[in-house]
Amino acid sequence: MHALREAFAAVRRAPLLTALSAAMVALALFVVGLFGLVAHNLHLTLDRIEDRVEVVAYLRDDVRSEELAITEQELTALPEVDRVRYVSKDDALIQARQEMSEFQELFADLEFNPLPASLELALVPGNRDPETVARISEQVGLYPFVEDVRYGEEWVERLFLLRHMAGITAGVLGAGFALVAALIIATAIRIAIFARREEIFVMRLVGAKDGFIRRPFLLEGLFTGLVGGLFAVLLTYSAYAAVYSLIFPLEWLPPEWVLFGVLVGGGFGLVASTFAVRRYLREV
Amino acid sequence: MIKLADVTKDFPKRGPPALQKVTFHIRKGEFAFLTGHSGSGKSTTLRLIHMAHRPTGGEVRVSGFSSALTSEREVWKLRRRVGMVFQDFRLLPSRTALENITFALEVTGTPRPQLIPRAQRLLSKVGLSSKAGSRAHELSGGEQQRVAIARALATEPLVLLADEPSGNLDERATRGVLELFHELNASGMCVLMATHDLDLVRRFPGARVLELNEGRLAYDSGAVS
Ligand SMILES: Nc1ncnc2c1ncn2[C@@H]1O[C@H](COP(=O)(O)OP(=O)(O)OP(=O)(O)O)[C@@H](O)[C@H]1O
Ligand SMILES: [Mg+2]
Repeated sequence: MHALREAFAAVRRAPLLTALSAAMVALALFVVGLFGLVAHNLHLTLDRIEDRVEVVAYLRDDVRSEELAITEQELTALPEVDRVRYVSKDDALIQARQEMSEFQELFADLEFNPLPASLELALVPGNRDPETVARISEQVGLYPFVEDVRYGEEWVERLFLLRHMAGITAGVLGAGFALVAALIIATAIRIAIFARREEIFVMRLVGAKDGFIRRPFLLEGLFTGLVGGLFAVLLTYSAYAAVYSLIFPLEWLPPEWVLFGVLVGGGFGLVASTFAVRRYLREV
Repeated sequence: MIKLADVTKDFPKRGPPALQKVTFHIRKGEFAFLTGHSGSGKSTTLRLIHMAHRPTGGEVRVSGFSSALTSEREVWKLRRRVGMVFQDFRLLPSRTALENITFALEVTGTPRPQLIPRAQRLLSKVGLSSKAGSRAHELSGGEQQRVAIARALATEPLVLLADEPSGNLDERATRGVLELFHELNASGMCVLMATHDLDLVRRFPGARVLELNEGRLAYDSGAVS
């Protein structure tokens, strides 16, 4: 009760500093929030696209059907492979005609079918990372009647790379802002302690417990962090809404991530003020 | 009640120790003056007893608390047994006399409904009931010191330490404060008062006198040889 009153008195005494501290926490968590948004959506997209990630082996025209049957069995037996589908030359042409209707005429005029037959390998979920896909492709390419193997190597790698870089960027920026936030919170606590130095002297004089003396400052830090966390959610949501309406639809973060982010803000404020209190209470 | 055994206090960057091998024992219910020139170590001694400082050598024992055994986290227990007042009062100037007392009561865990009645009782004990609503900085020096004494009594201590309490007071106010100390002493409280005013000490021939000289105990009227 006393601690709460004192904590809010401190906020009222230096509202600008509290706001600045909260804003820095908000910026730090905003960066992390943006990353979360990117990571979450990339993850969803990857999941969705990954269902279509297939290794396609184009076959020579002279492949024999017995060979093909054995190969299909062997490939299906691989633990990473979910299904194997054979697409004949004719199927390929039909598919091409459907998918590329603007070239309808071109396909219609053909005297012979230039498209190769192929085996399409769907991979088991969880085995769609660039390394596994590349390994399977290599394996498939060893069959003598396989002319060429394709998988969406570039964009699979690019998506993973994007996620990776977003993670690093968010980590570096977030840590930078977090450091600045910690310094500002520490300064705010230091000023609050200095403003209360007479009270603190009297409290110690008459025998108030250490925890009692510290609690208002810790609460101040916790409060600053929580407000910062809430602002970070607000900022992240604004970014989300802007991208959604201006660029392309996104998924909002899962609620437990949001709650976790706010709690991280509060925890961060608490930790920063714990260090500050330990350091600066000694000076008065 | 207060026992110093071979107590030495060194401050870094100060030549000789502020206190050197000081030994004395003040018993329960005693009234003692601690005298000596400026810089002789009076305030240092009181701070050691209040455990605001720790001795460099030797041991300070106060009301069952030993300087060697009491951790920083436990000092608050000692502080509730040992009250302290200063030359400059150290009140919260913008708060009223009553609020200065309720503050001390509140931060030491007095339940809310008891705050005001207990603070009023403490103020009447020091004869200041009529000034309860005055802000501390509007009170006279003597009145401020009485508020400070009432605050020091908030935790019902067994010992009262006073560091030059009359330093900022005129003759009349000084007499008032000392009468108050004597009343408290008569009701069983141990009082240790630091002062360099030897005239004051002479007016209380019955009191114990300890004299410090350059950090050493030069005289002790109550020493058992
Ligand atoms: N925190 C400190 N750091 C360094 N030196 C100190 C400290 N406190 C006291 N001293 C030194 O210890 C010596 C004794 O100081 P102390 O305050 O105990 O004297 P005193 O007898 O109370 O003097 P006064 O009558 O002027 O109050 C002084 O020389 C002082 O400079
Ligand atoms: Mg002194």
